[in-house]
Amino acid sequence: MASTKAAGAEIKLRNSVGSFAKNAPDLATLGPVIALVLAGLFFSIKSDRFLTGGNFSLILQQVMVVGTLAIGQTLIILTAGIDLSNGAIMALGNILITKLAVDAGLNPFLAIGLGLLACTAFGLLNGGLVTTIRLPPFIVTLGTLNIAFALTHIYSNEETISDLPAALTYLGKTFNVGQTEITYGSLLMIALFGIAWCILTQTSAGRHIYAVGDNPEGARLTGIRTRRVVLTVYAVAGFIYGIASLLLVSRTGVGDPNAGQTDNLDSITAVVLGGTSLFGGRGSVAGTLLGALIVGVIRNGLQLIGTKSIYQVLITGILVILAVAIDQLARRRKA
Amino acid sequence: MSDKIAMPGSVGPDGDRSTVPLGAATAVIEVARRPRRRPVRGWWRRSAALLVLPTAAALVLSACGSSSDGSASGGTDQAVVGLITKTDTNPFFVKMKEGAEKAATAKGVKLLTAAGKFDGDNAGQVTAIENMVASGARGILITPSDTKAIIPAIAKARAKGVLVIALDSPTDPQSAVDALFATDNFQAGVLIGEYAKGLTGGKSVKIAMLDLAPGIAVGTLRHNGFLSGFGAAEVSGTASEPASAASVVCSQDTQGDQAKGQAAMETCLQKDPGINLVYTINEPAALGAYTAIAAAGKENDVTIVSVDGGCTGVEAVKDGKIAATSQQYPLKMAQRGVDAVLSYATDGTKPSGYVDTGVTLITDKPVAGIDSENVEFGLDNCWG
Repeated sequence: MASTKAAGAEIKLRNSVGSFAKNAPDLATLGPVIALVLAGLFFSIKSDRFLTGGNFSLILQQVMVVGTLAIGQTLIILTAGIDLSNGAIMALGNILITKLAVDAGLNPFLAIGLGLLACTAFGLLNGGLVTTIRLPPFIVTLGTLNIAFALTHIYSNEETISDLPAALTYLGKTFNVGQTEITYGSLLMIALFGIAWCILTQTSAGRHIYAVGDNPEGARLTGIRTRRVVLTVYAVAGFIYGIASLLLVSRTGVGDPNAGQTDNLDSITAVVLGGTSLFGGRGSVAGTLLGALIVGVIRNGLQLIGTKSIYQVLITGILVILAVAIDQLARRRKA
Repeated sequence: MSDKIAMPGSVGPDGDRSTVPLGAATAVIEVARRPRRRPVRGWWRRSAALLVLPTAAALVLSACGSSSDGSASGGTDQAVVGLITKTDTNPFFVKMKEGAEKAATAKGVKLLTAAGKFDGDNAGQVTAIENMVASGARGILITPSDTKAIIPAIAKARAKGVLVIALDSPTDPQSAVDALFATDNFQAGVLIGEYAKGLTGGKSVKIAMLDLAPGIAVGTLRHNGFLSGFGAAEVSGTASEPASAASVVCSQDTQGDQAKGQAAMETCLQKDPGINLVYTINEPAALGAYTAIAAAGKENDVTIVSVDGGCTGVEAVKDGKIAATSQQYPLKMAQRGVDAVLSYATDGTKPSGYVDTGVTLITDKPVAGIDSENVEFGLDNCWG
């Protein structure tokens, strides 16, 4: 009796996990691709300034910070976690890098290194609390959000740091492809997406992340060291937030203690719009890039055609609910 | 939803999963080894439609929302002017936007508007500047959220020939923009300082100061103006640090927020119950302070003065909650800004330096020798 039940469940599981993990990335990206294309078409018709290389480069540049944060967020959400602290960690990195380089007079590269280190340490702290004390990620990162926010404001003394050395803003510099100026930072973001995509889809480490997120107990029984996987994911995410803080420095050209206050939710928005499931184990970074671009395109497009900025928020809200609804529908159908 | 997210290793609705570890293990191995393809099911198509249709609807809706610019891409001769405020929600900025819209409609100028998500959202304002430059704006009017951090973005826009005018708040340094159209915030403080001095007429006072936040120029200027006008401290309008005075028994930051103003006043009354004069950075903070003072039963012993001239604030002056307020004129700032961009677009003339958009003392209890307007004037000219 018990064995029949187990066998039935097994078949159910095999179906669900197999089809999700393998087919979901392609299918789940279908929605965002359509939304993106549709928005693009709409704005091309409404404004003659939308469909230009320069404008696309601008959109990329505008999503590079949240997009990069969203890579780390995707990794964490794939393990069925969530990170509310990423914007605050980035703001801390941003202040550390700029203040160490400007006020403390450190070599800019050393300052960048220390900033990356601090962000990684925060990631480790998140991961450590989640894996060793088994606190819910939501609570852990709510705590570290406040800690990082407070440290940022204490260390910065509420002051904006300007007159940065050129090395810190290098990623904000541009090069020309034909008539179009492209920033190095946008390229770095795309490269990071590429690396994350390769790791998630082509390596066993990537499959372990999906497995841990989909079914931690099952993953453990197959010999995956689930705690180590989760810890590593949080630490790597922290490092990625460090890179995001460098991108932020290069984009705004200052150290700004008030930066990143809504970026945690913005990065979750990008992940969710990209079709990644908040329950873990399903989704892709390619979708996250699309999700970030959807937000960027709608913001830019609405501005170009002269619509009030509040409509961007309205549309994003509708899209988020739809994306999650689709995810839930998928779960019910397949489970 | 959130507790689902919060659970480590949550497996979602079908909780039976974790009770069948063996099956799960097999499944995981399958994930790792064998890719399987399934046909696209009908519901995927349906969900795609679900995603697409409302998006389209929302886009159309938003396009309709964009008032009078149906021919957005077509209009080549029409000058484009951008207005970037700190937030979309503060009535001060709503009034500013209204002023810009009126002027734009009257002059046949196309107006783009944008705002940060919260007060202090520099990145949001940077993005707005970039998008407005990309959409061909000849001039941008901006109330900088972070007076220093916005400067690199402003410099880039100006390098592309865009006229940039700061409204309400100066950038740091002020020369980073072409011109500043704003209230003289030091003078706004001086007016209520002089008024409070006339009202208290040399009696001994214990002052509470409910300020904005550290390091924000507007807050420092009003604070110093009040102390200077009251004669409590010798301080000039160029001082960058808030002055202190012996008669000030309590200073608290409120972020200009009503709830924080109330908490700050409660703290101050705890510190010194003899406080009889309260300076507030704006009217929400003043109303919060009034709530705390009334709760302590001291509303007849304490005088509150404030700055802003919002309609709620002027009503509070009418009700006697606030004795006097310095009214400023966001509508005028925006209208003059639009005019300036238009003349730049037509003949290239640029405004420069600081343009004072005026400030008026509003009270129903005038003090001899101090110019003021009554509440009716205040209500006719209020914002919000």
